[in-house]
Amino acid sequence: MARISKEERKNGIISAALKLFSEKGFYVTTIPDIAEKVGMSVGNFYNYFTSKDILAKELVMYISEYLGEKIREINDKPISTKEKTAAIVSMYFAMANERPEMIEYFLRIYLSNREVFGEGCAGMVCVSPFVTEMMMFFNDGVSCGDLRDQDFFSAFGLFMGYLGGMVFLFGEKILPEPLSSYEASISENIYNALRVR
Amino acid sequence: MHCASDRDRPTLIWLQGVTCNGNTHSFLNLPYLPQLLAKYDLLYHPLLPASSTLSEVVQCKRPCDVLVFEGAYDPLMKRHEVLLSELLDYYGMRAGHIIGVGSCASFGGMFKASAPQRNSGLIFDESESSGPLLALKNKVINLSGCPVHPEWLGYTLSMIADNKEIKVDTLHRPLELYSHLVHHGCTRNEYFEWKVDAKAFGLKEGCLFYLQGCRAPMTHASCNRILWNDVSSKTRSGTPCFGCTEPDFPRNDLFHTKTNMSIPEDVPLGVPKRSYLTITGIAKAFHIERLEGKLIDDKTAD
Repeated sequence: MARISKEERKNGIISAALKLFSEKGFYVTTIPDIAEKVGMSVGNFYNYFTSKDILAKELVMYISEYLGEKIREINDKPISTKEKTAAIVSMYFAMANERPEMIEYFLRIYLSNREVFGEGCAGMVCVSPFVTEMMMFFNDGVSCGDLRDQDFFSAFGLFMGYLGGMVFLFGEKILPEPLSSYEASISENIYNALRVR
Repeated sequence: MHCASDRDRPTLIWLQGVTCNGNTHSFLNLPYLPQLLAKYDLLYHPLLPASSTLSEVVQCKRPCDVLVFEGAYDPLMKRHEVLLSELLDYYGMRAGHIIGVGSCASFGGMFKASAPQRNSGLIFDESESSGPLLALKNKVINLSGCPVHPEWLGYTLSMIADNKEIKVDTLHRPLELYSHLVHHGCTRNEYFEWKVDAKAFGLKEGCLFYLQGCRAPMTHASCNRILWNDVSSKTRSGTPCFGCTEPDFPRNDLFHTKTNMSIPEDVPLGVPKRSYLTITGIAKAFHIERLEGKLIDDKTAD
């Protein structure tokens, strides 16, 4: 049987930790919990991450890089800003369905436990791949005349706040319909709010 | 090649196209102007004492080793009833070196902006090669700038007088003077690195790139390495670089940084925008107290 590589082990820890943190919360989840879930000793766990705080930051960077890569693929496509908006909404909702722990972690752990992430994750340091791609999306949209020029954070907050809010409602089982059924109307709302008038 | 065997010094003729005289006035500030002029036989200059009058020069009978041309080229313009095109044809063919001083002579500059269909530089119309001396381009050295830095003209004339080769870039500007960016030598570079903005003109602190329209990271010139009047530069005195040495000068809104959703439309030369935004986002996470107040404020050790 093939030996599991260190990289695969690390990814296993990331997956398990994301699920546990997003289900139980940051403080309730312990390193023995995570080690047990991936089937390794606590001592071995420390070979991969030297503390719970460091693991927490790596998880944010992992999600940010994953999201950044997905949005970059969309940014690089020769499609209109309206189509890109719809593609980002669709990608985000698909991620919320397929890997809900990633967005749950972002919403429930990263945004709610700032004391864990302050040191070393200040400002955009840990989320820069994702924020950079959103900057590219807005920059290109204004540059080609589709989007209205405005303050970046006003636009960013509108876009991501809306998506985050919907995923939160979905997670709380408040939405009467599946997430995907809102894609078209949400994409339209976002694009209409941002487009040149 | 500039110096005929029967003469000791190369002859120099300074002609003007459509100009405000700014380059001439800049040249008058050159600290070693008398020593430089002593290397030349100055046949004509509009302000400086010279051996010929304009009426003699336009007869096109004078020798000319170095032709200096100031201002934009206008095909309909005459000097002393003679078309500029005739003067440029005659002296351009004979000169060993032709120097376009200032951005108007180099690319059309300020005067092209007011008459874009007529005015151009000697070999360039902005960055397009279509000027009247295109056929003689190998002789042309452009010294763009609004106005030209006196030391840059001093350097070029000294090199020519000393028979030294001047290597030029694709826009025919001397590499020695235009390889650098205005950003090089800017005293505000630390503010640029950490994205601390100057909120107004005239301040000693803060970077002028984000809020004041500074073009230093994308402008080829040595203003911050060879200081103006040996003491200062625009950015040192708290004014943004206008990018006056580039073919697209003058741009609109010289004091405004064009942004798309707060993101600069132009980023430093050679840096992909995506990478620049990533680095900027991280740099902004640092709050360096030392860079946030007035540097001169009293600070005690305790």
